[in-house]
Amino acid sequence: MIAGYLSGPSLLHRLPAGVKLVALAVLSVFILPIGDPLILACVLAAVVLVYAGFGRRGLLRILEWRSLLPLLAIIFVLQVWAASLSVAAASVLRIAVMVLIADLVTLSTRMQDMMDALAVPLKPLARFGLDPERLSLAVALVLRFVPVLLESWRGREEAWRARSPRRPGLVLIGAFFSGALGTADQVAEALDARGFGMPDKPAPPPRPNP
Amino acid sequence: MDTRTLVRIALIAALIAALGFVPPVYMPLAAGVPITAQSLGVMLAGLLLGARAGAAAVALFVFVVLLGAPLLSGGRGGLGVLGGPSAGFLIGYIAGAYVVGFLAERLKLPAFASAFVASVVGGILVVYLFGIPVLGAVAGIGPMIGAAVFLPGDLIKAVGAAVLVTTVLRNWSVAAQPRP
Repeated sequence: MIAGYLSGPSLLHRLPAGVKLVALAVLSVFILPIGDPLILACVLAAVVLVYAGFGRRGLLRILEWRSLLPLLAIIFVLQVWAASLSVAAASVLRIAVMVLIADLVTLSTRMQDMMDALAVPLKPLARFGLDPERLSLAVALVLRFVPVLLESWRGREEAWRARSPRRPGLVLIGAFFSGALGTADQVAEALDARGFGMPDKPAPPPRPNP
Repeated sequence: MDTRTLVRIALIAALIAALGFVPPVYMPLAAGVPITAQSLGVMLAGLLLGARAGAAAVALFVFVVLLGAPLLSGGRGGLGVLGGPSAGFLIGYIAGAYVVGFLAERLKLPAFASAFVASVVGGILVVYLFGIPVLGAVAGIGPMIGAAVFLPGDLIKAVGAAVLVTTVLRNWSVAAQPRP
């Protein structure tokens, strides 16, 4: 389900994640003020060429952004109406360029490398209890919980449909949430039982479930 | 922060992600723009977890999206979303969840009213405060048009969030939690 990273041997893949993030920020400073749609179209063509360098997978990757198309169309129409054709073309092209350049960083960087690189600017937040170990665990939990939640909802919906001709209602959402929060508390207990976060202080007595 | 809170934060972050998978057939349409269920998750995060943990859950969701997981509705994810027109909404979601939780913990109205007011102020006003200017800067859309497009769907979601936390999710909302 997680399709952020495309494996490959390219130069982009070998650059450190931090360098790519800084380069992305610098590039955006240069691209944002460009107002000429012709220049932006050339930049877009260059970016698409980089994607083409990854072969078929690279070009398919561009297609994954097609859900952005309706929004771009609306922006285009509004801009033509409010400003001019060239302003409209420039803003739509600029969005496409920025999105695709940033996605180059995402597709060429492993999630763990990205997390390590982002941990550097996030360091000052350690005071508020955001240490890397907890952050990694939280990210891993989110990625695991998403399919679990979808599966749990699907299961409950199927069970409902097997028994009732009516549409599933609020009752199902309540059961879904109770189940999900119950699962979360079990996971927390299991983590505590395995000594996660032990050195700080003994765990407070568990609150009774409402 | 105990482990239980950490895991619940992760669960709510995953729930916001899961709401991005809600099939379009369930979604009401406003002005031809499909409404994502994800901002409903932002309101629920504040209402169920309170200000700090709610904002933490939304921040965690945004962080995972920026790391490259395609969890925004429509399967978007990665740093590219920061270049797109909805970048401001993502940041606004974090502040919005905080305000929703902050108000829900403090408002002295009947349960439904305080949940609804908290959702409207935090989940709509604060989110727009961040989202609409960025949408305007990136896409050149005026604030009135931007707000008019999203407002009907977001009001429906605020009612939905308030209904959920005062009925089936009553036992989980911050209003019902014992204060430490």
